[in-house]
Amino acid sequence: MKHIKILGTGCPKCKTTIAVVQEVVAENKIEADIEKVEDIMDIMKYNVMSTPAIVVDEKVLFKGRVPSKSDILDILQVG
Amino acid sequence: MFEWIEHLADWIVYDLLQLHSGAHLSEALHFFIYDSIKIMMLLFIVVFLMGIINSYFPIERVRNYLMNHKLYGLEYLVASLFGVVTPFCSCSSVPLFIGFVRGGIPLGVTFSFLITSPLVNEVAIGLFIGLFGLKVTSIYVLSGVLLGTIAGMILHSLQLENLLTTWVKDMLNNTEQQNSSVASEIIPLSQRLPVIWSEAMNILKGVLPYVLIGIAIGGLMHGYIPEGFFEQYMGKDNPLAVPISTILAVPMYSNASGVLPIVQVLVSKGIPLGTAIAFMMGVVGLSLPEGMLLKKVMSLKLIAIYFGVVTCCIIISGYVFNIIF
Repeated sequence: MKHIKILGTGCPKCKTTIAVVQEVVAENKIEADIEKVEDIMDIMKYNVMSTPAIVVDEKVLFKGRVPSKSDILDILQVG
Repeated sequence: MFEWIEHLADWIVYDLLQLHSGAHLSEALHFFIYDSIKIMMLLFIVVFLMGIINSYFPIERVRNYLMNHKLYGLEYLVASLFGVVTPFCSCSSVPLFIGFVRGGIPLGVTFSFLITSPLVNEVAIGLFIGLFGLKVTSIYVLSGVLLGTIAGMILHSLQLENLLTTWVKDMLNNTEQQNSSVASEIIPLSQRLPVIWSEAMNILKGVLPYVLIGIAIGGLMHGYIPEGFFEQYMGKDNPLAVPISTILAVPMYSNASGVLPIVQVLVSKGIPLGTAIAFMMGVVGLSLPEGMLLKKVMSLKLIAIYFGVVTCCIIISGYVFNIIF
């Protein structure tokens, strides 16, 4: 079971990111819960300067742009 | 370079659709087809090239550079230049602000970056080249960079640290000195290109509807508004034109893509370039939604001072543009 957090203040890019992650998780039957973190103080705990960012099991593995499906598969396999 | 587009537009409007040249409708349609193709082409080239440059300057590296180098006053200019190459997303402005402040980068320098980043970005540059040509574009970029530099220095001299919100002030007092890691250093350019390409395509897809709507409105105005129409109201003789158009523009929120094609038509119908550019800078550089986001890190008073200083700088550069052209 992986804990995925998507950091972003609610901009269109962040919403697309959430959708892509949900799709990949569903398509590959990955066991994961997806949480979105929108509060800026919580986001800053992860020390990111560009959003959207993806945190898997409390590690920032991706940031700064909308990920492609293969990006997400990569980080979920490593994490 | 663009003659083939002219021919293509000629062919579609006069041969394929059999419209008569000289009529309002055909003029407007011709303008729309020609401008859309030319601008999307230039936009793609610029966005792609800027993507390559940007891949060498990830934001973490920019921050580390500003944290670790003593620049003796040049840091404002450097931050402003970094603002040009960093793609701007208003939703990233707050995390970025905090990241900079936490790294011990002075507030004024952070402002220089924040001001230039939306003002001079890859989309604005691409559109500017397509609509106004290289000369006006270089002057715009130059004045955008200077504006960020100078406004940052002014904001620094006002010593505004007290006006940050409490939790940000706490951060100021225990800044971290360690550098955040920069992972992208090892990846060779050839492997980054596919990502840059798809990012460029994403940006283009995002702005395409705005650009087309902007050009369509521009096309209509182009065909139907007589030459020199605005001159009587907003010409160079009216000294209030620059401040009024800037102040009208600040609350408006749009990316450069929708505004610029309209601005170009306004200029061709007699509004002085400086007035139009001041309007444009007001729209893209400052916006109410951005102000709302910044409320998390700044007091209202600080936001007001920030907006005020930048607005004044925009008005001044509008006048300067009007004098040059």
